[in-house]
Amino acid sequence: MVTDLSIELAGIKLKNPVMAASGTFGYGKEYSEFCDLNQIGAIVTKSITLKPKEGNPPPRIAETPSGILNAIGLQSDGVEKFIAKALPFLEKFDVPVIASIAGGSKEEFAELAKILSKSKRIAGLELNISCPNVKKGGMLFGCDPDAAAEVTKAARKATKLPLIVKLSPNVTDITLIAKAVEKAGADALSLINTLLGMAIDINTKKPKLGNITGGLSGPAIRPIAIRMVWQTAQAVKIPIVGMGGIMTAEDAIEFFLAGASAVQVGTGNFVDPKCIIKIIEGLYKAGPDLLTRGDF
Amino acid sequence: MSSKWRGTQAAKGTVCKTVIRRFESAPRLIPGQFVTIRCGTGTEPLLRRPFAVHRVNREEKSFEILYEIKGEGTRFLSQYEEADDLDILGPLGNGFKIDLNIKNAILVAGGIGIAPLTFLAEELVKEKINVTLILGSKTKLDIPLSAIGYKLLICTEDGSEGTKGLATDLLNEFVRAQNFAPLQIYACGPKAMLKAVAQITNCQVSLEEIMACGVGACLGCAVKTKDGYKMVCKDGPVFNSEDIIW
Ligand SMILES: Cc1cc2nc3c(=O)[nH]c(=O)nc-3n(C[C@H](O)[C@H](O)[C@H](O)COP(=O)(O)OP(=O)(O)OC[C@H]3O[C@@H](n4cnc5c(N)ncnc54)[C@H](O)[C@@H]3O)c2cc1C
Ligand SMILES: Cc1cc2nc3c(=O)[nH]c(=O)nc-3n(C[C@H](O)[C@H](O)[C@H](O)COP(=O)(O)O)c2cc1C
Repeated sequence: MVTDLSIELAGIKLKNPVMAASGTFGYGKEYSEFCDLNQIGAIVTKSITLKPKEGNPPPRIAETPSGILNAIGLQSDGVEKFIAKALPFLEKFDVPVIASIAGGSKEEFAELAKILSKSKRIAGLELNISCPNVKKGGMLFGCDPDAAAEVTKAARKATKLPLIVKLSPNVTDITLIAKAVEKAGADALSLINTLLGMAIDINTKKPKLGNITGGLSGPAIRPIAIRMVWQTAQAVKIPIVGMGGIMTAEDAIEFFLAGASAVQVGTGNFVDPKCIIKIIEGLYKAGPDLLTRGDF
Repeated sequence: MSSKWRGTQAAKGTVCKTVIRRFESAPRLIPGQFVTIRCGTGTEPLLRRPFAVHRVNREEKSFEILYEIKGEGTRFLSQYEEADDLDILGPLGNGFKIDLNIKNAILVAGGIGIAPLTFLAEELVKEKINVTLILGSKTKLDIPLSAIGYKLLICTEDGSEGTKGLATDLLNEFVRAQNFAPLQIYACGPKAMLKAVAQITNCQVSLEEIMACGVGACLGCAVKTKDGYKMVCKDGPVFNSEDIIW
């Protein structure tokens, strides 16, 4: 039994270490009817862009063995609408809001960081340098240590808010990016974003996604995520937020043992809107020795 | 727990009905809305499956879904004749809009698209609106249907049941016979049929798109409209046909 799951992550106080992952929980409101937002560790918003962005042509989702492919393409109403329309709803909830931002250039990341810093409701920023579904920016930043560092520096200069940088698994050595980003001023890392994948409908002989390729998420990617968290935890000193296929408290514990300080739940929300709540309940029942890094 | 088992799983392509009992929100369900159901407890299939509300019994707090067996999810459900322990999320989405001032309605179903239109027909009849339901399909369907209080016209492309021809042929005739009298028109079925219906007349269409969250969070079930991408789960599944870019 654990009585207190609270942690401080990169200066953000969390009631518990279980957050909703970007792009899978909307801006909180969408799930508020089905899940008590006050119980969640933090909400990471859908990635916000500077200007409105239309997103990719449908189909945007395809189911694969124990996972899903998505190619949403960062559909966003833009930062202004986010502040005016989506953010006020969260005022009445006692849950930290971490804004995920996605820029097409380092200047855009800096601009987004600056604009969002003015809002008191935002507890921190997550830089999405790892979206596999957009042509400009996106994963390109997250696949090159220098570009990743440049973006992080630009955002660092533009804000005092805690900065979490979200890493892409679509790289040869994730620790190189992790170290570069740490040096550039990141307060924490989150990983992993989705793995670039593809599926073809053999009846129509066409790709199952409108964008042809997409990002794989869900239980299918968990062993890869665990491996990457474990590798990264040995390479950096800043805390790691682990994610990839978490559906239960046991899955979350695997990430803590691999070296994560907190976790995010993405695809699990689609399967069960109360997934996060159930994971938190499960963690309260777990032994405290399971919530810390393993010795291996 | 008192679920009633059918004993077997149905074969691909067949149509099945499952009665969902003890569903507290049943009295709130309106025609055109849907629910999502978790088909099993593991990770295969992973996503919840969406189904339209086919019929409601408000007093008994139960409702029915009618579905065609496509893959693992629908096969799983087909084991249940009645169920009260499934993980069901709903009501979701916006239903059909009913105009009480227009006393004639025509409903066009393509195959399993009949599912939500049965519920709609029954509600329209309650509002004393004259209802004609056209059900079109490629070949004779094995669907248990009982049209009480409204007219059911069946047509098949191969002539194996009802009139030989397309649902849109019957719709065309019907619209012309109405002599421009005000009419409420609703349609649900394959996209190609909905597009053909939309070319004949403005109507309310219920759309399908592969969806993940069902609540408007993931932006997965996008459909292109004149006002940009809209989400089938949250903005729909019912749309005005003229707003859709077909
Ligand atoms: C709002 C809504 C209401 C629906 N209502 C009904 C209904 O009343 N009766 C009914 O028979 N079907 C309905 N469907 C379609 C139904 O959800 C799919 O047939 C079902 O999810 C297939 O699941 P499966 O595991 O059996 O097959 P799978 O193996 O997952 O898929 C078989 C085929 O169905 C397609 N499919 C999978 N998921 C969906 C989906 N969400 N929407 C459309 N196609 C899909 C796949 O691309 C594939 O071609 C509805 C869909 C939506 C979006
Ligand atoms: C539909 C969908 C949309 C996503 N959108 C975003 C996004 O906008 N920004 C982002 O950083 N990650 C996004 N992700 C990635 C998730 O936040 C997460 O990193 C990934 O899905 C792995 O976790 P999971 O297996 O628990 O889903 C998205 C994932 C999915 C499935």
